[in-house]
Amino acid sequence: MALDKFFRRRRAQPTEGSDIPDLWSKCPACKENIYNKDLEAELYVCPKCAFHHRLSARRRVEVLLDQGTFMQQSGHVRPVDVLNFVDTETYPARLLRAQRKTGQPDAILTGTGELLGLKLTVAVMDFEFSGGSMGSVVGEEISRAAEGAAQAGLPLLLVAASGGARMQESALSLMQMAKTTVALERLSKAGLPYISLLTDPTTGGVTASFATIADVIVAEPGALIGFAGPRVIQQTIRQSLPEGFQRSEFLLEHGMVDLVTDRREQRAVLHSVLSILTRQPGAKPEQADPVQADLVQADTSHASELQASGGEQ
Amino acid sequence: MSVSPDPSSPNPVSSQQTILTELEARLGDLKATAQRTGSDLSAITLPLQAQIEALRARIGAALASVPTPPMSRWERVQLARAPGRPTSLDYVELLTTDFTELHGDRAYGDDPALIGGPARWQDRPVMLLLQQKGRDTKGKIKRRFGMSNPEGYRKAIRLMDLAEKCGLPIICLIDTPGAYPGIAAEERGQGWAIAESIQRMVRLRVPAVCAVIGEGGSGGALAVGVGNRVLIMENAWYSVISPEACASIIWKDPAKAPEAAEALRLTAPDLLELGIVEEVIAEPPGGAHLDPAASAGFLGEVVSRHLDELALLSAEELLTQRGERFRRLGAFLEG
Repeated sequence: MALDKFFRRRRAQPTEGSDIPDLWSKCPACKENIYNKDLEAELYVCPKCAFHHRLSARRRVEVLLDQGTFMQQSGHVRPVDVLNFVDTETYPARLLRAQRKTGQPDAILTGTGELLGLKLTVAVMDFEFSGGSMGSVVGEEISRAAEGAAQAGLPLLLVAASGGARMQESALSLMQMAKTTVALERLSKAGLPYISLLTDPTTGGVTASFATIADVIVAEPGALIGFAGPRVIQQTIRQSLPEGFQRSEFLLEHGMVDLVTDRREQRAVLHSVLSILTRQPGAKPEQADPVQADLVQADTSHASELQASGGEQ
Repeated sequence: MSVSPDPSSPNPVSSQQTILTELEARLGDLKATAQRTGSDLSAITLPLQAQIEALRARIGAALASVPTPPMSRWERVQLARAPGRPTSLDYVELLTTDFTELHGDRAYGDDPALIGGPARWQDRPVMLLLQQKGRDTKGKIKRRFGMSNPEGYRKAIRLMDLAEKCGLPIICLIDTPGAYPGIAAEERGQGWAIAESIQRMVRLRVPAVCAVIGEGGSGGALAVGVGNRVLIMENAWYSVISPEACASIIWKDPAKAPEAAEALRLTAPDLLELGIVEEVIAEPPGGAHLDPAASAGFLGEVVSRHLDELALLSAEELLTQRGERFRRLGAFLEG
């Protein structure tokens, strides 16, 4: 296993030892070497196999919103260790490590911005911060985002990426499931739409609360989405799990999500839905999407590959 | 083991509790008669009232005087799972009349781990939502040890609709290790069902009193835990994750559950301190399983008191109070 990993890494980085080591990366799905600039142009979707790489909250905002429109609101609330939780290390030590790694106070980034010119509030979970786990800060920021949206008369787009509730805050984490639901109720009463975008992975208490009570639920292709984790289910039933179990496409088939949408089409789809639900004009043809335009310029042959992979699904 | 903590009274707490219940019933009858006939029965009712108060105080003192040895959190978790610990249906039998179980979610099936229906709770018309573990092996298997499938939560939602329509307060008795982790449960949207049940409770225009009577396992418990009042029995636990699952994740070893239980601070006194519950309901010395009748007495009295307080609030006030109660929960630093 370790040896195998070693060889894979050798092959994955043809430029290893050179001055520019980050030029290429290997797709974890198709194992092809991808030129990083191509990957970036494709919004971190593998140009060869359409595998959707996980994104940090910052990068997600860049990918979703019109350039330079994001106004951050989160960040004034910081986590605290009220339980004096100690496992293999203390909770404050874990927090500090995650904060240094991500530059965020907790696993959530919220603010306002524009999507193809449409104003909206966004709340984006950050899987890189402690597995996107939901504690008091995540719950509070999502609640404030929902209430802020209600007050400003803006729709809410939430991007879920989380292993579930945060153990280190125990029952307080659990209560965030109810708290966020209370806040979302205010948005609902204001007649404003709420869209949730489920990304890999979305499980546990996040799936069992705010992420799935959205008016429209969009999932990224291939994302793991469920309540119980696959390992827990396997341990309980002692059988192997069916192919594609708890993936976006499985949930679409079972009627649990509205859409499974490729990241490269999300802006257009979200704009179509949100502009109609908020009774605003549609995107004008000349209002070209800069990201999508780049995409087309970058390589037109990808379009046919996209269709090919779409056909396989 | 039935303890008689107060040397001045030979009666164990449970028989005193029975007497108290009888006296209360008699007082209720007398008051009803007085009202019906328009006659003044205060000569009888006032001394009876005094007698009841005295007895109540005596029971309270008897319980308080019992020196409770410091118990580890893990010991409490074990008490919460003790064989013979009263289940929801035991409490229903001891505290209610006219319970009619209503079956099915009207969409897919009937979940035996989360049941419910209308009943009279110490003479108050209510809607019951009960997490039921099963009392014997066969029952436990049938009810999946109290672990619900999505149908259970969807049935709960349907019964909440009915309660609201008829203006009935809702009592939820929580006792589950968690929602069932199974293939079928995931196919039918376990997470969705829990989320919708939480949302339904947030929207309730009738009072809801929730009591954790044994295990409060994570989202599966919270699905029926969004009450105007949340109560917990002395030896029950309520947490984001079971100690075993927490230990498996952190130490890769479920045998470390006692350590996980300590870290999770999941006992009734912990939750009271964190503001997650309003009140801890006493259990007889040694745990509820040693004296189910006495336990039922305490549970009945506390739940009824909260129901009576909530009965004074309007639908709007109930909505606001419940919303603000949960909106406040959480610990963080500002600025």
